[in-house]
Amino acid sequence: MVMSEATDSPLASQAQKSLEHENIETGEPKMRARDVDVYYGQKKAIDGVNIDVFTEFVTAFIGPSGCGKSTFLRALNRMNDTIPSARVTGTIELDGEDIYASGMDVVQLRARVGMVFQKPNPFPKSIYENIAYGPKIHGLAENKADLDVMVEKSLRRAGLWEEVKDRLDDSGTALSGGQQQRLCIARAIAVDPEVILMDEPCSALDPIATAKIEELIDELRGRYGIVIVTHSMQQAARVSQRTAFFHLGHLVEYGHTSDIFTNPAEKRTQDYITGRYG
Amino acid sequence: MSDMVENIRPTRTPAFEARLKKRYASERRFKALGLGAILFSIAVLVFLLVTMALNGFGGFQRTELRVPVDFAAAPVSVPADAADERAVVQSLERQGLRDIITFSATEAFGEEGAAQLNSESWRIVAQEIAEDPSLARGQQEFWLPTSEDLASAYAGDGSAELQPLAQQLTEQGHLEDNLDLGFLERADATDPQLVGIWGALKGSILTMIVTLLLAFPIGVLAALYLEEYAPKNRWTDLIEVSINNLAAVPSIIFGLLGLAVFLWIFPSYRSAPLIGGMTLALMTMPVIVIAGRNAIKAVPPSIRDGALAIGASPVQVVFHHVLPLALPGILTGTIIGMARALGETAPLLLIGMRAFVASPPQGFTDNATVLPMQIFLWSDEIDRGFVERTSAAIIVLLVFLLLMNGLAIYLRNRFEKKW
Repeated sequence: MVMSEATDSPLASQAQKSLEHENIETGEPKMRARDVDVYYGQKKAIDGVNIDVFTEFVTAFIGPSGCGKSTFLRALNRMNDTIPSARVTGTIELDGEDIYASGMDVVQLRARVGMVFQKPNPFPKSIYENIAYGPKIHGLAENKADLDVMVEKSLRRAGLWEEVKDRLDDSGTALSGGQQQRLCIARAIAVDPEVILMDEPCSALDPIATAKIEELIDELRGRYGIVIVTHSMQQAARVSQRTAFFHLGHLVEYGHTSDIFTNPAEKRTQDYITGRYG
Repeated sequence: MSDMVENIRPTRTPAFEARLKKRYASERRFKALGLGAILFSIAVLVFLLVTMALNGFGGFQRTELRVPVDFAAAPVSVPADAADERAVVQSLERQGLRDIITFSATEAFGEEGAAQLNSESWRIVAQEIAEDPSLARGQQEFWLPTSEDLASAYAGDGSAELQPLAQQLTEQGHLEDNLDLGFLERADATDPQLVGIWGALKGSILTMIVTLLLAFPIGVLAALYLEEYAPKNRWTDLIEVSINNLAAVPSIIFGLLGLAVFLWIFPSYRSAPLIGGMTLALMTMPVIVIAGRNAIKAVPPSIRDGALAIGASPVQVVFHHVLPLALPGILTGTIIGMARALGETAPLLLIGMRAFVASPPQGFTDNATVLPMQIFLWSDEIDRGFVERTSAAIIVLLVFLLLMNGLAIYLRNRFEKKW
C-alpha cells in the first residue's frame, strides 16, 4: 500500500462526508461534560467547558499549545487525579453517570475510558505481556487460551498482528515508534473500553506511521468513542467528524468538523485554522 | 566596527581560533587529570591487594612437625558405638592418646623437641582417627602443629634458644609450613596455631542475614510509601530530612542505641547475631531508603500513566511496574549499605560482639563475633603468628565482600530492563 495516499485519506474524507449532515444533537452522547472547570492550584486551566462525545463520531480537540485541551482530555478519565494540585468542578458524565461522584470507582472508570499518550509508552515487557496486562488485572480472561485469543484480537484490531505475530515474546520497547503507538492502542483496546482518549498520538511519529494510526482510528470509530487531541489541523480534518476548538482554557467552538474548517462561527477559530496564530 | 562584522565572520577570526585552541587544551587537561585519578586508584588498589596476598598467604599456613606414631606398640581402639566425633575423641582421650603422642614425639625429637609439639596435637590425631579409624592401626605419620614458639623460631625470629632446634628439625625434614585449610573451619582460639576464621565468618553471615531481612523490606516499603503514597506536606518533609540525617549518623551511635534499646528488650541475647543484625539494620535502612527513593523517582512517569490508564490500581502500578523497574537501583543501594554494615565494628563493640567465642555460633541467638571484629581482636594480639592470621582474615573478609557484590551485580543485571 502506498502510504501517501492514506495520508490524503480517501477513507476518512468519505466517512466524513456521509456523516456530515447528521445533526450534532442526535442520539444519546456517550460522555457529556457540563460547566467543567479544571484548576491547578489557584490557576484556572479550563473554564466552563460543555461538550458531548458520541461513539459514532471521532471528536478532535484542537487549539494552540497550553490552551488546556490535554488537561480537559485527562479530566475525562480522571488521570488528573495523579496531579495533587489539580481540581475539577462541574459534571462529566459517562452514560449519564457522574464520573466524579463518590460512588464512581476510578479503576473501573479507566477500564471503561482508556487512554493513549503522546509518547508511546509500552511497558518494558514482552509484546504479549503488554496486551495481556489489562485483561489480567481485570480478570477478563478465564485461562491462557482466552488470553491468547484476546491478545490476538486486540493486535488485529490495532493492525499490528501481522507485523508481530512471530515475535510476541520480544520486548515491546524494541518495536519502532509507530508500532509502539499501535501497541499502546492495542493495549487500550484489550480491556474493551467504551471510549478511547488519544493525547496527540501521532506527534512523535513520522508521516507513514501517522497515516497508519489515522487509518486505525477510522476503523475503530463506531465501536469505541474516540477523542483525539491534535496539533495538526489537517489531522483533525482527516480523522474527525466533530471538532472542538480550545483557546486559553475556553471552548471557543464545537461542531461538525466540516463546519469548523469551512465555515467557523467564531473569528478566533477562523484566525487559528487559517494560521494567523497558534 | 560594522565593517569588520560585515567582512570577517566572528567564527573565522584569529582570536576565535586562539580561543578554540584553549578550549581543546582545557579538555586535554581535564582528560589527563581524570586518567591520573583512575591510575592512582588502581595503583593503590593493586598495592593493597598485593600486600594482603603476600602477608595473608602465610596466614593460611602453619608450621607442623612430622610425628611417627606406632599404634602397634600402643594400641587404641575406636569404640563401635560412638555416636559422633566428640564421643570418639573423648574415648581416645581416656585411652591415653595424649600420652601416646607425647611419647612418640619424645622418641622422634627428644625431650626438647617434644615439648614444642602443640599441646592440642593429640586432639587433631583423635579427630583424624574419628574420620578414618584405619589410622589407629600400625605405623602412622601425622603432621601436627608446633607450639607458637617453635613456629616463630622456624620463621626466623622469636627466642634465640629455639633457633638451633628449629634448624635441626628442618634439616631432618621433620618441620615445615603446610597449607592449613582448617583455618577456614575452626573458630577463635588463644593459640595462633589453632585459630580459625569460620566462627567469625559464620557470625558475619548470620548477622548479615538478619540485617538484610530487616533493612531491605522496611527500607523498600518506606521508600515506596514516601514516593508513591505520602502526601507532600511538612510531616513528610520532616521525615525525609530525618532519614537523610540518619544515614549520616556515626555508626557508634547506632551501637549505643542497640545497647540501650535492643539489649534492654532482650538482655539475654548479648553478643548474638540477632542483636548485631538489628543494630546494623538501623544503620543500613536509611541508605536503602535514599537509594530506593532515587530509583523509584527515576521510573518514567509515562509507565505509571500507561498502567493507570488501563485501570491498574495504585498498588498494582507500584508492584507490577514501578518496583520491578526500580529494583536494580534499589539493589545497588542495598549492596552499598550491606557492604558498609559488613565492615562495621564500632556499633558491635557496644553490644558485646567482641567477646572471645571459641566455637562457631549455631544460630541467631548464640554468642558470636564478626569478621572485622575478629580482625580487630587479632591485630591487638602480640603473638607473631596472629599477624599473618590477621592478614588471612582480611583476605577472607575481602573475598566475602567481593562475592556479595558479585551477587548483587548479577541480580541487578538480571532485573535491568530498558525502556
